[in-house]
Amino acid sequence: MLRILYFAWLRDRLGRPGETLPLQGQAHSVQDLIGQLRARGGAYGEIFAKPELIRVAVNQSFATIDAPIAANDEIAFFPPVTGG
Amino acid sequence: MPCVTVRVQAETFDATHETALLLRGRDGVGGIGAFTGIVRGGDGLVALELEHYPGMTESMMRRIADSACARFGLTGCTVIHRVGRLEAGMPIVLVLCAAAHRKAALEATDFMMDWLKTGAPFWKREEFADGRREWVQPRAHDDAATARWGALDQ
Repeated sequence: MLRILYFAWLRDRLGRPGETLPLQGQAHSVQDLIGQLRARGGAYGEIFAKPELIRVAVNQSFATIDAPIAANDEIAFFPPVTGG
Repeated sequence: MPCVTVRVQAETFDATHETALLLRGRDGVGGIGAFTGIVRGGDGLVALELEHYPGMTESMMRRIADSACARFGLTGCTVIHRVGRLEAGMPIVLVLCAAAHRKAALEATDFMMDWLKTGAPFWKREEFADGRREWVQPRAHDDAATARWGALDQ
């Protein structure tokens, strides 16, 4: 299972802090996962249609959209950070 | 080995106490660069709500601190970032960098703040007197400030 986390306004708009998803046969990269989430439509469709607004971490390290994913990975989606 | 302390916490911090801890047992320190970030009020801002990614935030803060130690030859550094609801005027972040000489201490402090703002997963939501709550948008000049340092790990 993939563990998926959402932070900040993504969590607000999706109405949940995260979820677990089985790794589907055709999902081999973050990009594939984004396509899968986007296909749900609604808030997912809107948010994941604009991946340029989103940052991704795979197993708690910043990753690019073409990063590979594997079963049991933790994938986090969030806006650009604004700390300090 | 440099002495590195990294913490994410809801409660406030005591910069004097943290400075004493950073100096303890170190006789090569000639100066400490220090920065305390404060929640800036004005334009009706009442408070900031700070969110983070437990685990990843601490590991990125540690990477940034380790990189600062290596790059500037620090004897140690301390980074404390608060989370939760922080009212205007309250301290939000503390960076202390100890080095043999002033320039390294001050430059390292600047480096750490630039990287914290753009490389550690924290998100701020502003709360206004009229009840509005808005997520803070990233600023291009923060990215530019970080970019001037080049890659984090060199």
